[in-house]
Amino acid sequence: MDWLTTVDHKKIGILYLISGGFFFLVGGLEAIMIRIQLWQPENHFVSADTYNELLTMHGTTMIFLAAMPMIFALMNAIVPLQIGARDVAFPFVNAIGFWTFFAGGVLLNVSWFTGGAPDAGWTSYVPLATDAFNGGNVHGVDYYVVGLQIAGIGTLVGGINFLATIINMRAPGMSFMRLPLFTWTAFITSALILFAFPALTVGLVALMFDRLFHANFFEVSNGGNAVLWEHIFWIFGHPEVYILILPAFGVISEVVSTFSRKRLFGYSSMVFATVLIGFLAFMVWAHHMFTTGLGPVANSLFSIATMLIAVPTGIKIFNWLFTLWGGSIRFTTANLFAVGFIPTFVMGGVTGVMLASAPADYQYHDTYFVVAHFHYVIVGGLILGLFSGLHYWWPKMFGRMLNETLGKLTFWFFFLGFHLTFFVQHFLGLMGMPRRVWTYLDGLGFDDLNMISTVGAFLMGLGTIFFLINIVTSAAKPRDAADDPWEDGRTLEWTIPSPAPEYNFAQTPLVRGYDAYWKEKMEGKNAMTPAEPLGPIHMPSPSILPLILSIGLFIGGLGFMYHHTIVGIIGLLITFGCLFTRSLIDDHGFHIEPDELHDKGVKA
Amino acid sequence: MMNRWRVLKRLLPLLAGMVLLLSACGRADLSVLRPQGPVAEEQFKLMKLAIIIMVIVVVVVFAIAFYVIVRFRRRPGDKTIPKQVEGNHKLEIMWTVIPIILLIILGVPTIQSVFGLAKDYSKDPNAIQVKVTGHQYWWQFDYTKLGIHTAQELVIPNDAVISVETETADVLHSFWIPSLAGKTDANPGGSVNRMYFKAPNTGVYLGKCAELCGPSHALMDFKVKVVDRASFDRWVAAMKTPTPMPSDPAVADVLTQQCLTCHAIDGTQGGAFPNLAGIGGKQAVAGILLNTDSPKYQNEGTVEDNLKRWIRDPQAVKPGAKMPKVDLTEQQIDGLAKYLASLKLNY
Ligand code: HEM
Ligand SMILES: [Cu+2]
Repeated sequence: MDWLTTVDHKKIGILYLISGGFFFLVGGLEAIMIRIQLWQPENHFVSADTYNELLTMHGTTMIFLAAMPMIFALMNAIVPLQIGARDVAFPFVNAIGFWTFFAGGVLLNVSWFTGGAPDAGWTSYVPLATDAFNGGNVHGVDYYVVGLQIAGIGTLVGGINFLATIINMRAPGMSFMRLPLFTWTAFITSALILFAFPALTVGLVALMFDRLFHANFFEVSNGGNAVLWEHIFWIFGHPEVYILILPAFGVISEVVSTFSRKRLFGYSSMVFATVLIGFLAFMVWAHHMFTTGLGPVANSLFSIATMLIAVPTGIKIFNWLFTLWGGSIRFTTANLFAVGFIPTFVMGGVTGVMLASAPADYQYHDTYFVVAHFHYVIVGGLILGLFSGLHYWWPKMFGRMLNETLGKLTFWFFFLGFHLTFFVQHFLGLMGMPRRVWTYLDGLGFDDLNMISTVGAFLMGLGTIFFLINIVTSAAKPRDAADDPWEDGRTLEWTIPSPAPEYNFAQTPLVRGYDAYWKEKMEGKNAMTPAEPLGPIHMPSPSILPLILSIGLFIGGLGFMYHHTIVGIIGLLITFGCLFTRSLIDDHGFHIEPDELHDKGVKA
Repeated sequence: MMNRWRVLKRLLPLLAGMVLLLSACGRADLSVLRPQGPVAEEQFKLMKLAIIIMVIVVVVVFAIAFYVIVRFRRRPGDKTIPKQVEGNHKLEIMWTVIPIILLIILGVPTIQSVFGLAKDYSKDPNAIQVKVTGHQYWWQFDYTKLGIHTAQELVIPNDAVISVETETADVLHSFWIPSLAGKTDANPGGSVNRMYFKAPNTGVYLGKCAELCGPSHALMDFKVKVVDRASFDRWVAAMKTPTPMPSDPAVADVLTQQCLTCHAIDGTQGGAFPNLAGIGGKQAVAGILLNTDSPKYQNEGTVEDNLKRWIRDPQAVKPGAKMPKVDLTEQQIDGLAKYLASLKLNY
C-alpha cells in the first residue's frame, strides 16, 4: 500500500524502474515478433496490419514507456543522493509525474484489446495518422495521441522537478562545477525536456483536434499543412533522442571513472560538451526531413549543423578513453557495459555523420541503414548505458549486490546479439531495403542478412532473460551490500547506507571539492564532514492523490476518445478534484526526530 | 610522424578493400552501392568519402580503446592509486580541432552536391518531363509534354535528363530508385517536389516507396525501364495508338462494365487508377508479381497467371489495396487475363 502513496524519490525511482522494465519487456517482445516476421522473405507470421501496429508500438513503447522511465528511474534514485539532498524539490509532483506516465502507458497498451493499436509509425506522420486513413482500425491513433499526451505530462513535470532540485537543493559547497557528471547530464536532459515536450504537446493537441473534432491543422484540402506535422514532431523528436542519450553519457562518466580509480579526464570540457550537445540538439531537427523538399539552402544548413554535433561527442569519447588511460581498470559487469558502450556508440555516431551529408541521406533515408544507425545510438548507447548504471547502482537502490557471473552472461549475450542484429542492417539498407516494411520479396538478396539479424535479436532476448534471473535470485538474498560496495566510490551516494535511508542524509554533508567523497578518502577520512548539527528532519507526507489524479486522466482520455463526453468530463473532474483537494488540505508533513534516526535508517 | 604514415599506408589497402567489398554488395539494378547513373554515382561518391573518414575515426578509437583495456587492467590485489589527472588542454584541443577538419573535408562536397542535385530541369526542352503520383499502393507516371500516362513502369530513354515532379493522391509516399537516384517525398497539397536523374545504361531498375503509407507500403514497388532513343520513340508512338477491344464480345462486355469504370486502356488517358495500356508487356503485375515463364519464387508467374491472381483477389496480393474484388466467374477472369496479357506494345 505504501507504494501507491509514496512520495519518496527512491521509491518512485523503483516504481519507474519496475514499470519501465515491464514496458521494455513488452517492447522487446514486439521487436522479437517483428524479427520473426522478417526472418525469411514473404513470411506470413503476422498480417500487414498487425505488423504496422507492432512496429508503431515497438517504437513508441521503447522510446516513451521504456527508455524515458528507466532514465527517470536512475535520475530519481541517484540525483538527490549525488547532490546531498534529502529529497527532490517537489515530492508530491514527482509522484504525479510517475503516475501520469504510468496511466498514459497503460492507456496506450489498452489499444491492443480494443480493436487495434496505433499503426502510423512512432512518428505518426499525417495524413496517414489522420482519421481519413484509419481503415478498420478506427481508434488506433487516438490511443497514441491521448496516451502520449497523458504520459507526456508526467515527463514534463518530472523534468521541471529535476531542474528545481538541482538548482536549489545542492548541499553546501556543491557548486555547479563540482556536480557529478550524471547529475549534470540529468540537469541538461531536464532542460531539454522543458523545451522539447511542449512542442510535442502542441502537435498532439492539434492532431487530436483533427482526429476527434475534424479540425484542419494538417488537412491539406482545407488549408492545413502536412509538412507542418513533420516540423513539429522533429522539433520535439530530435531533442528527444538527446534527452535519451545524455543521461547514458552521465552514467558512463561515473562508471568509467570509478572502475579505473581515476578522476574523470577533462571534467570541464565534459560539462561544456554536454551543454553544447543540448543546444545543438535543437538546431538540427530538419535532418530528419532532407527528402521532404525544404530546398538546398535549408538542407545545407542542417547538414552542417548536424555534423557539428560530432565535435562535442568526440570530445566525450576521447575524455572517457583518457580516463581509462593510466587507470587501474576493474571489469565488473557495470564496467563491461560501460567499456562496451564506447566503441559501440562511436559506430552509431559515425553513421550519424554519414547521414548528415544530405545528398547521401537521399539514399540512406528511410532504409535499414537508418534503422541500424539509431539502434546503434539508442540500444548500443542508451540501453548499454542503462544496464551499466543499473548494475552499478543496484546495491544503492536495493541493498543487494547482483551476481557477477550472471551479469557477465547478460553482457556477452546482449552485446554480441546486438551487433549481430544491427551491424548487418547497415548493408541491408544500402542494398535497397526500405525500413518499415512488413515483408520483402524473394530473390532481392536480402534473405541471409535478415536471417542473421533475427538470430541476433534472439541472443539479445536471452541476455535480457539472464538479467531477469539475476534480479530474481538476488532478491532472495539478504540486504548486505556495503555503503561503498565497489570500494572506489567517489561521489556522495556512496557515503550513506545501502539502500539509502528514507531521509538520505542524517546530516547534510559539507562538500569540499569535486568528487567529494574521494577527496575525503584521500585525506584519510572515511565519512563526510557534516554541514549541520543532528536535528529533526522534515519529511513530506505520503498521498494517494497522485494515483487517483492519473486514474482520472485515464478515464477522461478514454471517454473523449469514444465520444462519451460525460465520461470524459467525469474523468477530468476527478483529476481537478484531486488538485483542488491538495491545495485545500494544509499538510505540513512530519518530522523524524534524531533519536528515531537509527531504526528508521535500517528499513526505508 | 614517420610512424603515423606507416600506419596509414597499412590502412589504405584495407580501405580500398572495403570499398571494393561494398561495391560488390547487392543487385546491380537495386543496390545503392552499385550506382548506374550520374546522380546515384555522385551520392555514392559522397558515401565513399564519408565511409573512408569514418573508418579512420573508428580504427583510431578502437585502437586506443583496445590498448587501454589490455594495458591498464587491474591486477588482483592491486591497491595502488593511479595518478589523478585533471585533463590536458593540448590533447583536448587536438581532439576538438581534428574532427572539425574532418568535417570540413566532408562538408564542402556535401554542400556542392546539395545545390547540384537541386538543379531544376522542369523548363529544359530536352528533358523528359514526368509527373510521378504516389497512390496507396501504386505509382502513376504522367508524361506531361508527351501526353501519355502509364502506371507501375516508367519507360525512359537512356540519353536524356529525366525531370521528375512528385505528388501524392493520398498520404505521403517517397519515390526511390536506389541504383539511379536517392529518394524524394511526395507531399500532399501545394508543395511539389522536383528531382532529376539520368540513366545511361539500358535495362530495368527496381524502384520502391520509402515512406510508410499503410499496410502494403512494403509492396509498393515499381520498375524503371531504360531503352535507347529509337525504342523510346516507338514506345511513345505505340502508347498513342488506341488499344483494340477484346474480339470476344462477352469479354469486351465485362471489360467495359467492370473494369473500365475505373481504368483506362488507352495510353493517352489519365485518371485516378492505373492505366492498362500495354500491361501484358510489363515486367510485373501490380508492381510485385513478376512476369516470367519460369517462376521460381512465390511472387513470380506467367503474365496470365499473375493477372488472374490479381483480379481474383487484389487484397490477397496487396493487403489494403483500393481495387475491389470484382464479382466474376472463373471463365470471365480467364478471358480478361488472356486479353490483357495480349496487350503488348511493340518498341
Ligand atoms: C553523432 C550524433 C548523431 C548524429 C550526427 C545523428 C544524425 C542523424 C540523422 C541525420 C538522422 C536522419 C536519418 C534519416 O532519417 O535519414 C538520424 C536519425 C535518427 N537518429 Fe540520430 N544522430 C546522432 C545521434 C543520435 C542519438 C544519440 C540518438 C538516440 C539516442 C539518435 C536517434 C535517431 C533516431 C531514432 C533516428 C530515426 C528517426 C526516424 O526516421 O524515425 N541519433 N540521426
Ligand atoms: Cu507509399
